[in-house]
Amino acid sequence: MSKASTIDPAEIEKFQAMAAEWWDPSGKFKPLHMLNPCRLDYIASQIAAEFDRDLAMRAPFSGLRILDIGCGGGLLSEPMARLGAEVVGVDAAERNVPVASLHADEQGLSIDFRHATAEDLVAEGETFDAVLNMEVIEHVSDPGAFLSACHDLLKPGGLMTCSTINRTAKSFALAIVGAEYVMRWLPAGTHQWSRFITPDELFGLLRQARLEPVDRTGFVFDPLGWRWRLSDRDLSVNYVTTSLRP
Amino acid sequence: MDNGAAAGAYADMDFDADILVAGGGLNGTATALALASAGFHVVLVEPRPRAERKADDFDGRSYAFAISSMRVLQALDVWPQLKDVQPILRIKVTDGRAGEGPSPLMLTFDHGEIEEGPMGYMVEDRYLRSELLRAAERSGVTQIDDRVIEHRADGAGALAVLGSGETRRVRLLVGCDGQNSPIAVRAGIGRMGWNYDQTALVCTIAHEEPHLGIAHQFFMPSGPLAILPLSGNRSSIVWTERAARAESVQAMNESDYLDELRPRFGSFLGQVSLAGRRVAYPLRLSIAERFIADRVALAGDAAHVVHPLAGQGLNAGLKDVAALAEVVTDANRRGEDFGRPEVLKRYEQWRRFDTMALAAATDGFNRLFSNDFALLRGLRDVGLGLTNAIPGVRRAFIREAAGLTGDLPRLSRGKGL
Repeated sequence: MSKASTIDPAEIEKFQAMAAEWWDPSGKFKPLHMLNPCRLDYIASQIAAEFDRDLAMRAPFSGLRILDIGCGGGLLSEPMARLGAEVVGVDAAERNVPVASLHADEQGLSIDFRHATAEDLVAEGETFDAVLNMEVIEHVSDPGAFLSACHDLLKPGGLMTCSTINRTAKSFALAIVGAEYVMRWLPAGTHQWSRFITPDELFGLLRQARLEPVDRTGFVFDPLGWRWRLSDRDLSVNYVTTSLRP
Repeated sequence: MDNGAAAGAYADMDFDADILVAGGGLNGTATALALASAGFHVVLVEPRPRAERKADDFDGRSYAFAISSMRVLQALDVWPQLKDVQPILRIKVTDGRAGEGPSPLMLTFDHGEIEEGPMGYMVEDRYLRSELLRAAERSGVTQIDDRVIEHRADGAGALAVLGSGETRRVRLLVGCDGQNSPIAVRAGIGRMGWNYDQTALVCTIAHEEPHLGIAHQFFMPSGPLAILPLSGNRSSIVWTERAARAESVQAMNESDYLDELRPRFGSFLGQVSLAGRRVAYPLRLSIAERFIADRVALAGDAAHVVHPLAGQGLNAGLKDVAALAEVVTDANRRGEDFGRPEVLKRYEQWRRFDTMALAAATDGFNRLFSNDFALLRGLRDVGLGLTNAIPGVRRAFIREAAGLTGDLPRLSRGKGL
């Protein structure tokens, strides 16, 4: 259900401007737009493999219920809806909800955007086939409790993709020099490099949350091709994992 | 499972199809076919009636297919249906002057030097056109005998208005509507380029002696002359002349025409006669300033017309087709809105560099060779001789001409989408 219809008309113009900002590929969120095809390739192929779907079919994810945590303007929610999934997008920032709803409406997509946290959804008894937990965990104060909530949001056999930034000399150096694709995801005005998590630590946290990690893959920026690609070996800065709820 | 409702979320919007291709020439039909093979609902709009386009009556044209182009047609399952395909086993490049015969220094490329087999293939228009069209029909492309007279892009799609007054709302409009592309004009895309004051005279000849699968390229002062082997004892001639001269040659009767042509390549094919219609094409360089606009992508001649010197026009077009189909298919399979500018930009970046390089190379070659200065002629001969002497350089030329260099789309490698 869209919530766009409940918005105060005077606010709509402001939200449209914010949506335009979220969806401008060369604007403020350019780093996310550049990374997006790469993370979508990863997410789509992991979900397709786990639920035995053929991405060459129309609406391959129909029948699947997917949660996008930290949905922002809906950069991941919209593609999942296009692939046929029933999508719930939640964001801790309240203003993102009408912005994302408005944009999805214009695209003819129906997505359930909510101002909520993972814990709120657990309390409401919501469950999902897949949870997208992308570039969120480094912002969370208690990662263990957060992943435990994510576990509870998954149906048995459900899948979660979780991406973050590695704590390495390279990511530290990139954060210091202000490489925007690292900086962008840091809490504003802080250098909380210590919050970054190594893949081994993340696998440990996932297991503690009773999830079963099954894959880890790097997102690597190729400065020559000026695009991101997936890498089996280089997880030194940005990386993504997949885990299952047994 | 609740398949219907969830799938409907996206499908419900009032779209008539995913993609509309304007222009049913070779590139347009190939684009429609490639996209349909990837599962898109495609509408192909072309004013010339289908029956006419499918007819086998020979119009005298043939195409030199690079290996990459052959692989595109293999991947689309058109290649096995083509009749009378002639492999090109060797290419001889010669600097010459009418009546003098070839200069002693010539450049020879042989298919034995690359591992991919023949260096290319000659394919006749009559078979190619009709088989592409049949394949498009088999793959479920919706064909409309009409033209797009207007189009408007909005946030989520584009609305095309047809000559009949009907409309089609789609997510992406592909302009394969030729070098004067109305789609490009309406999208505000300008063109750059110039006329060459040269005309290509194209015909098919039957000859006494076998061609042995050899393609000849003679660089004459008036422009290049290509003799390209067709099945049997036939060859396709692409004969470039100054525009004014070409006009009078084209107006000649058959025997005068042959008298004009014969001394240009000597007697190695024995007696020759015309087999099929004669066609004349004024040559120009014309490149669209952008290959994309809001909800619009251009491919083939709509994007670029280059000098036909290396026979790379259709080959470049089929690379557009392969790159565009891949970019759009990949975007769709990861859930992106494939008509959005940031998606189409990937196609433009992919093809733009290749196109400019090809335009610069063919234009430069033509300027270097289409003249009769003794000094330049001497330099050319030395250059051709040197290139011939160095196997590595020669192999690089062959692979380039065969379309085997650069970042090749999946279809150009013979793989499906």
